[in-house]
Order: sequence, then C-alpha cells, then structure tokens
Amino acid sequence: MTSSTLPLRERTPRRIAFSQKLGRWDIKFSPYLYISPFFLLFALVGLFPLLYTGWVSLHRWDLIAGQGPMVWFDNFTWVLQQRQFWIALRNTLSIFLLSAVPQIVFALLIAAVLDTNLRGRTFWRMSVLLPYIVMPVAVALIFSNMFGDRYGLVNTTLGHLGIPAIQWHSDPFASQFAIATMVNFRWTGYNALILLAGMQAIPRDLYESAAIDGAGRVRRFFSITIPQLRPTLIFVIITATIGGLQIFDEPRLFDQNGTGGANQQWMTLTLYLYNLGWGQLDFGRAAAVAWLLFLIIVVIGLINLAITRRISSNGGVQR
Amino acid sequence: MTATSQKQPMSLAATPRRGRSGSRRGRAIVAQRPGFLAYAFLAAILLGALFPIYWTILIGSGDSSTINDPTMSWIPGGNFVKNALSVINNESVAFWKSLGNSLIVSTVVSASVVFFSTLAGYAFAKLRFRGKRGLLAFVIATMAVPTQLGVVPLFIAMSNFGWTGTLGAVIVPALVTAFGVFWMTQYIGQALPDELIEAGRIDGANMFKTFWYIGLPSARPAAAMLALFTFIMTWTNFFWPFIVLGSANPTLPVALATLQANYFVDYSVVLAGVLLATLPLIALFVVAGRHLVAGIMQGAVKG
Repeated sequence: MTSSTLPLRERTPRRIAFSQKLGRWDIKFSPYLYISPFFLLFALVGLFPLLYTGWVSLHRWDLIAGQGPMVWFDNFTWVLQQRQFWIALRNTLSIFLLSAVPQIVFALLIAAVLDTNLRGRTFWRMSVLLPYIVMPVAVALIFSNMFGDRYGLVNTTLGHLGIPAIQWHSDPFASQFAIATMVNFRWTGYNALILLAGMQAIPRDLYESAAIDGAGRVRRFFSITIPQLRPTLIFVIITATIGGLQIFDEPRLFDQNGTGGANQQWMTLTLYLYNLGWGQLDFGRAAAVAWLLFLIIVVIGLINLAITRRISSNGGVQR
Repeated sequence: MTATSQKQPMSLAATPRRGRSGSRRGRAIVAQRPGFLAYAFLAAILLGALFPIYWTILIGSGDSSTINDPTMSWIPGGNFVKNALSVINNESVAFWKSLGNSLIVSTVVSASVVFFSTLAGYAFAKLRFRGKRGLLAFVIATMAVPTQLGVVPLFIAMSNFGWTGTLGAVIVPALVTAFGVFWMTQYIGQALPDELIEAGRIDGANMFKTFWYIGLPSARPAAAMLALFTFIMTWTNFFWPFIVLGSANPTLPVALATLQANYFVDYSVVLAGVLLATLPLIALFVVAGRHLVAGIMQGAVKG
C-alpha cells in the first residue's frame, strides 16, 4: 500500500498538467476537427477532380488505356471545331430558357397565390410539392411516353382538337420543349415554396400602407413583392442556372438510345460529355467539354446575377 | 429557422402598434380571403401535378395495347401485378438488388450527412476558432461549384481504387454536403443557447461530450429534415450512379433506365416499374410531406 502510494503522489502534479494541456488542445483543435470532414471531402471529390479535369483535358487520354502524351490544347480545338458541340450548346441553352423562364414566372405566380389568406394552406402547399418526389428518371420515362410521336397522349389530344400531330422526337424545338416540360413539372412547385418563404418574410405593414394608398393586388405584387424578394430570386435563378445547364437525366432517357436523337435534336452538353467519355472512350475530349461547360456556367450565372439585380432594384419600395 | 420564422413573429408584433394609427383598413384589405379564382388556379396546378402520376397508373395497369387504343378507358385496368412481376422477373433489371442498393445508399448517406453536418454546424455556430467566418463563407461558396463536372477524374480515381461497380463509389463522395453544414449552422445558431454549452463545460464534459449530449439533441428537428432531404436527393440521383455503377449493380434509377433500353419497349411494363420505384417516396410524402414543405421554406431565405 505505502509503496504504491508514494510514486503516485509523485506523479499527481504532472498528470494534472498533462490533462490541462489536453483540455487546452481539446478546446483549440476540436473545432477544426469537427469541420474537417467537409473540407477533406470537398478537396478530394469536389475541388481536386475539377482541377484535375484541366490536366486530363491537355492529354490524349483513353478510358481503358489511360493517360497518353500531352497534346496541349488539341482537345479543346478539336471540340470547338465539332458541329455537335455547337448543336449541344444551342440545345442546352434552348432547354434552359424553355425551362427556367416559365418555371420562375409560374413559381412566382403560384407563390403569390399561396401567400394570400387561403383556406387549407398546408394542403395546397403540399400539393404543389408533390412532383418533387418523383425521380427525374421516372419523370423522363412518363413524359417521353406522353409525348410519343405516334400514340402519345399529347398527340392524341391534339388530334381530337383537329391539330396535326407534332413530331416530338424528331423536331428539335418540339423535343426541347418536351424535355423542358419535364424539368418544369418537377421543379416549379419546389421553387414556388422557396419564393413563398421569401414573400412571407416581407413585412406586412408595407402591403397595408400600400393598400391604403389605393394600390391593388397586382400593383402591390410588382412594387413591393418583386423588389423585396430580390435575395430569394437571385438564389432561385442561380440554382436553376447551375442545375439547368448540366441537364442529363431527362435528355438521356427521352428515347431508348440515349444519345440525344439521330440528329442531336436534344443532345445537351453533359450528354455530349458522356458520349465522348463513355461512348467513344475519349476522356481527354470529355474533360475539355467539362471545362468549357464550367466556363459557360460561370458566364451565364454572372449574366443572370446582373439581370436579377437590375430587375428587382428598378423602382419599387426600398426600405 | 432563418429569416422566415424569425421575421414572422416580429412583423406580427409590429402590426398592432401601427394599427392604432389608422391602418386597420389596410390590414383588412391585405388579409382578405382570396376569391374563387385563386382556388381554381391552385386546383389546376394540383391536377397538373397528379395527372402524370395517374397516367402512370393507367398505363402501368393496362397491357401493351392500352397505349395504342383510341377508346382506352380512363379507369385503371387489372394488369398492374402482372406488369410489376415482369419488371421484377426481368433479369437485366435486377429489381430487388437495385431496391436494396437504393435503400443502403440512401440510408448510409443520410446518416453520414446528418452526423458530419451537425458536427460542423455545431462548430461554426457555437465554438470559437480562428478563421471561422472565412471558412464558413468558403463552405457556402462551394454550393455554387458545379462539382458534377469533375466526373472524369473522379471516375479515373474510382477505377484506380477498383471501386467502380461498388456502392462505396456512390456513397463516399456524398458523405457530407455544403448544404447540410450551412443548414445545421443556421439552425444550431439560433436554437441552442450558449449557456447550455457553458454549463456542460463547467460540469467537466470535454468538447466532444458537450457536442454529443447537448449539441446533437438540440439539433434534432433540423437533423430530421436534413435526413429527409438527403434521402430523397440520394434516392432520385442518376448521373453519377449511372456512370460508376453500371447496370450490373444498379440503384433504382439506373435499373429503371435499363428497363427502357430494350429493343422493344412495352410501356405498360416500363411505367409499372416507374410506379414501383416511385411508391416508396409517395409513401414518404404522405407521412412527411408537411415537414418537407416546412423544410424547404425554412431553408429558403439564404440571401
């Protein structure tokens, strides 16, 4: 007993010092430890692949044979000389416009109606969100059936109205319209709820004093709601831009072949990237397309940011 | 959790004060119940949301000729079970395997995103450390980076590890998200009082114990919503699983794509498959739909 307490008494002060040090380290380094998983993962599967895409794009690089010699910007000049690239760019922009514009207009309209003093509020909000839980692949399969060229529901209905059938799968504009419809189906309600949240954060007394001044619903919407909604609008438009320009699922499944149509009627840039990389096994060129698409997203994102800023700061009540 | 829930009570509290100065009339105008037109509009939107799903049921329960039949009935037929069985028994689709894979991937990813996001959100919201603001701004900025465009090197890396065709290749890149970190930071910042953490520290709990017994329980409502959204996003994700898994070991969306890639497409079978893959989420929607609505609206005001 005595012999064992003696060394223990000797050690006690050092143990306190050590645990104190440990406690200080705990306080100092724990926060970094807690946030590190995100930064590690982002570096490994987000940032590094994006940068390494640049490296791959400067090489001849086969999916199976792997890295080949450095060819500098040959992949880029090759891609930029392809007619298919420009068609894909046109299609991507066309589908993006056909989906983003009506989507945001409708989402604003739906949000404005949901923002009134409705009966059965939760029910209506839920009903607007229903399409969101249908996976894009399923949406694509359902709509490519409804937009069938020969026996599709849409053409049958048009036939009843005496309108000639539309070639949804061979006409470029028609096919892009059909694909944009799929995107709108799934995302309009979701965006409406985001905009609704933004609308509810607008102080009610702004509306009340405007109402006293004789402003009607429509006037209140344009003079108060839209300018006050600016941050939310910017968020919705930027997310729609980043997501919309990378569209893949819907065009991939619009027909059985998945290559974007016999004449690339609805081939988008991401689909082109996939066809180059996993169809032709040419990773160098696929990586070049990825980098180009990245630049396009940045440019269009900035343009949209500028437009949104201007629209919502024109006129209106500023607090 | 963000501006929505904070501002609402504020503006409600502000109204009575103004009311006295004569804006009662204004309030009455603004609070008016909307007319018939508003309900008709919303009902039309609801029909638009329901119709494609109803159409899926209609075709998925018919037979291969239903779609060509100009006199087709608008009442579902009796062939759903038969069609569903031909999806399930189609060997190239691997239905049960894909369902199992989808469940595993979505569950593991949701659990991991919730844990790591809560941990990081707790640190950002409640702990003091150098460079916090800059790091949080960086997290938010990464939400605008189209990381999907890194597929080529990511695929090269996965095949170097020998991970292609395995679920790990889908799970690992999704283990924690910027959105999740941001979401939990917002919530914990306003839901968890600093005093509670201080009390825990004074009682001698170390940093992780304080997180585990005080931070984590207080974040439960937001964590549940984050889990719900992550589950849905993972369940419906197609691009990356399609590339890295292939049809040998698919998730449900990948398997559905295989279903359509046959030479002869029988849409009654394809849409029966669509219905099978969508039903779990429809069930989830019925149970948790109102939480989804609340979640989107709380996470919305990001500015």
